[in-house]
Amino acid sequence: MNRVTVDREMCKECEYCLHFCPKGTILKKSTTVNKMGYYPAEAVDMTDCIACGICASVCPEGAITVEKNI
Amino acid sequence: MSIVYKRPEVFTDEYKKYCGGCGHGIINRLIGEIMEEENLVDKAVLIWPIGCSVYADKYFKTDSICALHGRAPAVGTGVKRSCPEDLVVVYQGDGDMVSEGMAEIMHAGIRGEKFTVVFVNNSIYGMTGGQMAPTTLMDQVTTTTPYGRKDENTGHPVNMAEIISGLNGCYYSERVTVNSPANIRKTKAAIKKAFKYQMEGKGLSFVEVLSPCPTGWKVKPLQALKWIDDVVTKQYPLGVFKDCGQEEK
Amino acid sequence: MGDKVFMQGNEAFAEAAIRSGCKFFFGYPITPSSEIPEYYAKKAPSEGLTFIQAETEVSAFNMVAGVAATGKRGMTATSGPGFSLGCEAMSYMSAAGLPSVIVDCMRPGPADGEILGSQGDYNQLTKGGGHGDYNTIVLAPYSVQEYADFAPLAFDLAEKYRNPVVVASDGTIAKMMENVEFPEKIAPKGRSDWACDGINGRDHYNDITTCGDGPEQWEKYNLNLQSKYTKIRENEQRWEEIQTDDADILIVAFGSLSRVCLTAMRIARENGIKVGIIRPITLWPFPVKAFEKFADKDVKYFVTELNAGQMVNDVKLAVNDNKKVEFYGRLGGITPTPVELYKKLCELYK
Repeated sequence: MNRVTVDREMCKECEYCLHFCPKGTILKKSTTVNKMGYYPAEAVDMTDCIACGICASVCPEGAITVEKNI
Repeated sequence: MSIVYKRPEVFTDEYKKYCGGCGHGIINRLIGEIMEEENLVDKAVLIWPIGCSVYADKYFKTDSICALHGRAPAVGTGVKRSCPEDLVVVYQGDGDMVSEGMAEIMHAGIRGEKFTVVFVNNSIYGMTGGQMAPTTLMDQVTTTTPYGRKDENTGHPVNMAEIISGLNGCYYSERVTVNSPANIRKTKAAIKKAFKYQMEGKGLSFVEVLSPCPTGWKVKPLQALKWIDDVVTKQYPLGVFKDCGQEEK
Repeated sequence: MGDKVFMQGNEAFAEAAIRSGCKFFFGYPITPSSEIPEYYAKKAPSEGLTFIQAETEVSAFNMVAGVAATGKRGMTATSGPGFSLGCEAMSYMSAAGLPSVIVDCMRPGPADGEILGSQGDYNQLTKGGGHGDYNTIVLAPYSVQEYADFAPLAFDLAEKYRNPVVVASDGTIAKMMENVEFPEKIAPKGRSDWACDGINGRDHYNDITTCGDGPEQWEKYNLNLQSKYTKIRENEQRWEEIQTDDADILIVAFGSLSRVCLTAMRIARENGIKVGIIRPITLWPFPVKAFEKFADKDVKYFVTELNAGQMVNDVKLAVNDNKKVEFYGRLGGITPTPVELYKKLCELYK
């Protein structure tokens, strides 16, 4: 499976990654806040991830790493 | 596993002081990515303005100079004339450039300074708390236009990419935005082209980026992206206004 | 020393600056400073110089800041109205530690004023001028030779302390012609470890900023600046003493006016009044040490300036209000004659 990692402490909850993910099922907002007080995005289900990198490309914080299983 | 995307190595560990959803973060990241891809980190001198990106010198492992409000093109002139082989990037916001520093940017263009200007236009003063900029749209509500911007008092918005393209010293001028994955790709291509022209010793390369300011606009980040499509691009059309590299082909 | 030539003050300074390895000049025309940019423009092709006529003094000063940030020698020249515009950048360069040289050919203000010799910018140059707690070294030449000598000195001091240095001439020194000898050209120095000229193989990256990161950090930053200024005050006070040993009255004057005082002193001595001169060379740091050795002597001070009384306050501080300090100044661009100064001196100390 591919892997999406969000740096929880860097995220400022803009939701761009959630909104632009073509699958819509991979990322969700956390139910707990980070140190800055935001509900960060987190990768919850990698089943449908195609490692397109869009979530990372729209992230203003550079908080997302995307890895493809080859 | 192969890495599809990771945070650019040129970034320091410093957390960015931008608000959530701010376009500066995306634009900073694109500059970092391009410098890495094009092997320009070693040659770069980034010149930052006063405004929300005033701390950006802390985000990059490159040489950085934080200039005074509006003066980045003058400082950039000194740096580029002193180090013509370097990649000199003059990064300015709309308050910084179009108000305080209108003389500096115009004359950098008139002289055809051979550096790249990345102009971040979010049509508002972000850092000082959401006041009107010369780029503020008609009827836009800001803290200093509480009833909306009216032309009889403040005149009309200023279209910098078009104005700069009219100067002989300008080699390349394009307006882009960062409100969608496709537009972010186009922004990256535009900045990359501007850097390429600079490294080839061409004249001023100017990229205006329409950028979301959810805090200043008092909307949610996703609404800010939509507002760029629905409203901002009506005043500030996207596109290439001058590309002497294309004309030469 | 090399050639001896008969030359105008501003041109002599420009020539000396070029020989000091200053390859970058940015400026905006203003009387009485314009011969400096003109000289740079003329010499640019043959000497490999960069000359830009900037759109404003604001830009010119910031271009100098840009060159200084890359570790190379750059300068501008202006007069009071332009220096006022440049004060923003003076505050910036001082805070950022950018070594630069700025010539202020003083002319009488306020505002547009006149264009002849004046010393009305004393307070502006020595007390800051721009915002915040900063100081710049200020050198005041009294002859064309000294004006030229200050070019290499100014760059050396600027680099030694990483601080802007102002050379404060005036309409008289800038425009007059005298014999002048120039030093040999110095070879350009290598890269500076702190400068922002691109990493280009350096083992670290550099960051020049004047944006504070919280009150504690910014207070510390300010205290570092202050300790630099203390060091400059200790090391760099410069002055000249003329016939002070037996003097009952000490004239304190700097720059062009100190030349007039020489003749006034001679007239006074011919008439049996023992007069000497203290000529401050650095206006900041003010040469308080010059006054220390007269603390226990029975001397009076006669301060004369081409302004309404600016340096006189520093003299009063230097003598701790223990001595009689009288002042005489002329305004508007008028330089008093030696006889006028002598008569005034007699009147004040009869």
